[in-house]
Amino acid sequence: MALLAPIFFSRWGRAAFYVLAAVPAASFAWLLTQYGAVYSATGINPVLDVPWIPALGVNLTFRMDALAWLMSLLVLGVGALVLAYCARYFKTDDAGLGGFGAQLLAFAGVMFGLVTADNLILLFVFWELTTVLSYLLIGHARTRIAARRAALQALVVTTFGGLAMLVGLIMVGEGAGTYSISGVLARAPQLVAATGTPGTVLDIGVALVLVGAVTKSALLPFHFWLPGAMAAPTPVSAYLHAAAMVKAGIYLVARLAPGFSGTAHWQLLVTVLGLATMLVGGWRALRQHDLKLILAYGTVSQLGFLMVVVGLGSREAALAGMAMVLAHGLFKAALFLVVGIIDHQSGTRDIRELSGVFRSAPALGVVALIGAASMAGLPPLAGFVAKESVFAAFEAHARYGSAGHVAGFTVLALMVIGSILTFAYSARFLWGGFARKRPAPGGAAAPVADTPFKSVDWLFLGAPALLSLLTVAYGAYPQLAERWIAPYSAPFPANDPHPQHLLLWHGVTLPLVLSAVVVGGGLALFLLRRRFESLQARMPALVDLERLYRQAIVVLDLVAIWVTGRTQRGSLFFYLAVILGTAIAAVSAVLATTGPDWLGRHYTVDGGTPFQVIAGVVIVVGALAAARASKRFMAVLMVSVTGYGVALIFALQGAPDLALTQMLVETIVLVAFVLAMRSLPPGLRERTRGSHKLLRVILGAAFGAVMVVVGVVAMGSRIATPVSLGLPALAYTGGGGLNVVNVTLVDIRAWDTFGEISVLAIAATGVASLIFVRGRGQRLARAETVETGSIGRVGVPDGSPSPVAELARRFAVVPGNPWLVAGRTLAPERRSIIIEVVTRLVFHSIMVLSIYLLLAGHNGTGGGFAGGLVAGLALTIRYLAGGRFELAEATRVSAGTLLGLGLAAAALTALAPLFLGGEVFQSAILSFDLPVFGHVKFVTSTLFDIGVYLVVVGLVIDVLRSLGSEIDQHEEDGIGDITLIEDDEPLEVGR
Amino acid sequence: MSVNLTLLLVMGVLYAIGIYLLLERSLTRVLLALMLLANATNLLLLATGGYAGLAPIFGKDIPATAYNDPLPQAFILTSIVISFAVTAFMLSLIYRSWLLSRADHIQDDREDRRVARQELFDAEEDSEIAIEVSDFHENNQPAGSREMIPEVTLKKAAVHHAVKEGGE
Repeated sequence: MALLAPIFFSRWGRAAFYVLAAVPAASFAWLLTQYGAVYSATGINPVLDVPWIPALGVNLTFRMDALAWLMSLLVLGVGALVLAYCARYFKTDDAGLGGFGAQLLAFAGVMFGLVTADNLILLFVFWELTTVLSYLLIGHARTRIAARRAALQALVVTTFGGLAMLVGLIMVGEGAGTYSISGVLARAPQLVAATGTPGTVLDIGVALVLVGAVTKSALLPFHFWLPGAMAAPTPVSAYLHAAAMVKAGIYLVARLAPGFSGTAHWQLLVTVLGLATMLVGGWRALRQHDLKLILAYGTVSQLGFLMVVVGLGSREAALAGMAMVLAHGLFKAALFLVVGIIDHQSGTRDIRELSGVFRSAPALGVVALIGAASMAGLPPLAGFVAKESVFAAFEAHARYGSAGHVAGFTVLALMVIGSILTFAYSARFLWGGFARKRPAPGGAAAPVADTPFKSVDWLFLGAPALLSLLTVAYGAYPQLAERWIAPYSAPFPANDPHPQHLLLWHGVTLPLVLSAVVVGGGLALFLLRRRFESLQARMPALVDLERLYRQAIVVLDLVAIWVTGRTQRGSLFFYLAVILGTAIAAVSAVLATTGPDWLGRHYTVDGGTPFQVIAGVVIVVGALAAARASKRFMAVLMVSVTGYGVALIFALQGAPDLALTQMLVETIVLVAFVLAMRSLPPGLRERTRGSHKLLRVILGAAFGAVMVVVGVVAMGSRIATPVSLGLPALAYTGGGGLNVVNVTLVDIRAWDTFGEISVLAIAATGVASLIFVRGRGQRLARAETVETGSIGRVGVPDGSPSPVAELARRFAVVPGNPWLVAGRTLAPERRSIIIEVVTRLVFHSIMVLSIYLLLAGHNGTGGGFAGGLVAGLALTIRYLAGGRFELAEATRVSAGTLLGLGLAAAALTALAPLFLGGEVFQSAILSFDLPVFGHVKFVTSTLFDIGVYLVVVGLVIDVLRSLGSEIDQHEEDGIGDITLIEDDEPLEVGR
Repeated sequence: MSVNLTLLLVMGVLYAIGIYLLLERSLTRVLLALMLLANATNLLLLATGGYAGLAPIFGKDIPATAYNDPLPQAFILTSIVISFAVTAFMLSLIYRSWLLSRADHIQDDREDRRVARQELFDAEEDSEIAIEVSDFHENNQPAGSREMIPEVTLKKAAVHHAVKEGGE
């Protein structure tokens, strides 16, 4: 329903609030029909149970007992009224009204879920949902910085409490062995009686849950978010911050009190924080000038009061507490709505600006009077009945309770003081909102002018009026409320030997006397308000917790920036050093702890064959030279030396495929390096020095040493029979090939290879896109369109050319193409007759060789990789001999097409067997006779190998076209000749 | 189990020099480092394949134990070709970096450093704002004539206060 809300708003404007209000109203009606089921004589409550995560004990369980029913009544009833009220409060053209309505309605639903949930985790989910929705609702005026800030503050504070609560709930739930709330409460007596660790865990868990309740219900020291949240639109304040959300904490305490009010920290937390909150809230309410803030601090005060009462855990207090919750919900929501009307009609809530409102709107004044009187605890209203019963409950607690007389009466006395403050701020509210103000003494003699006030529409007034009516009715007939509450309060132990009831008239008792004291004291405080205000102004300000909170957030920012600055330094060196250091340390630690295990093994050390030793020495020398080389190409060459050396080792170890592939790759990489780096400066500058260099040496040496040890240990661990012993036979029988490595690649582990060629295709595309930037570049023009000898001309000096140059020129300007298709396009000084001739001679042979390798690979050395690389080499030779037009002539098919074809061929071999009833990548062996070739045995996985071949060729072509042809073009266009900027230290270098 | 010392020592040296070069600022050297590390890793794989043996070309009369282990070989083959692709990609990166910024070294991330030096004062959170006394904002008086909620600062952060938000 909430999801549909924006549609209603776009259609009906603000009247859509009535539609929304109908939802909780209908639920409210349904709730009334459930009365019989909830209060049945059997004592069995309606339960709805839907398994959600049964393995973790998290179920969508809802239980409708007396407490849930009462809270739902409040939540849904006030929700419906507030939504209806919104229809007059907002203007149709207010921005974001649809979302607002949806959030408010969703909130009502979530709150209903919260009070009926019978699973701790479910309760928590609803709890956090109310937090999030409250954040959205407080921040409704998202263009106002005050609203955004208040919303975030409320979110942070209540989420903090929520997280503490989650931990607490899990501790309680795990301790009890169930997450069902009714189950936990049923087991509570055993749990509370437990000693030792389980007992401590329970105590801490319950205390953490209380932290959640305390933050949500805005108790000290977290009370400051509630006045801040008054940045919300007033209907939201009325609902969330008076009647519903802040009651969630009270509800939670009420829910758990039957089981856990006896745990270690419960009474201390609840009573001390509650009373302190009550006094601080009342005190501060008397300093406010904003009507809404008076109510907000009043709410803080009342929440503290409620917490003490509900948390006490006696039968009388439970009855009184719930009576007070109901009464408070009624009068506080009504008063907030009244403030909303005042603000709406007059444009301010500041009591220094308001004057004479009662005369403009007497009906509103009466509604407010009833609410405020109920808040102050005047007979014959709901607030009076509830407060009387609270006093009676605590009198009984002080007389008969376990805490003793002194503590009991102290609590009672503090409550009376709190109530006096409540009376005083109620009066202040009424006076501030409605009275005609007299000028300040010594000021102008004329009375303050009445505030302009538009007349109030009865629909607008309807919601608060109805609430006030209920307040009166409740006061007149409290027995009904008592009947509703009784099933909840009955299980508590009673303090008073005589049963207590909710009544308007008990006779002359201590509570009545106390009420009289409250009225007298409150009246005095109100009449002496000017003197009291100056007293407050003279008092040193108590700790401003909100300011403290904001400073704490600033400190948090400071820490965050500091930590970020220390860890995210933006220096790759730093990150790598940390990663490598960790790797070294972690592996060393594992090696050290498992030392006895692997040290004790028997190793036969094998020095390797003499040739391997020679190759090893070459590699080591090459690597060292590469590290020390100060010329770019020298370093590249030295790395190539190590590569070729490794190829030699492969060959000697019995891996001809690897050796072949490695040789080919090294060669092509060398060419690619030269092509890519020709425009870079020849020198390689050392950029790290001093301690960094030392660190590099240490890290490198340590890492190398660790890896050697790891290798030794790994070898020592090779004691089981290798899985690969079965591979040769499998390759022959299953894969139809003799070359085990090749069959492994194209058949046994074809998925790996398929992934690999995908990477190749991506890398090739990446290379092309980095150099061409846009697309793979247009296809190069055919060589015919290019003037002879025009490409790559080097400036010829004036004067008579040397005879050699003359000869070269004569050779180069022959219009025909004796050797290469596009050789003539090059400038004479770029051409070499020998290379052209050799290319002409060997190109086709090499291509034939590559196809041979491709096809023979299944049974002998070779395969798609090797074949593709050889073909790539052949193309490289063409390019080197004849320039980029020669390459274009040689490869009329675009690299992208080749890559796509290759992947398609591979995919085909993967998928085709599926249609023939086989598995992915299953291969088949086809034997047939061909006229020339004789008997041919064709294995379908060869198709896959062809795919690999095409992809590799495509990759090489992309490399040649990008790093070769395109960079040629850049050079000729002069892109490469831009004046070099010395890039030495443009940045602050530091780490 | 026999341990081929040559393979392992060569591997160790390649790793050591690879790491040494990897920690350099020059992109070219980093690329060379990656190649050395790839070679070192290939050697490690080869070493774990055990003893040297025959090339794994199936013959009916040859026992399976006579071959050099073919499984690591397949891995290495994959690794060699992928390293080639990565090298080509890095090469074009280096070229492009050179083309655009004339730099072939790894620069520090300025954004990271900016984050580390950012101001503590956040106008959204900490600035001074006016107290509002009406939900209907057209009624709220201009910022200057209202009571203000003061800004929040720490002494340390006092220097950052050049930024002040005017009004809302």
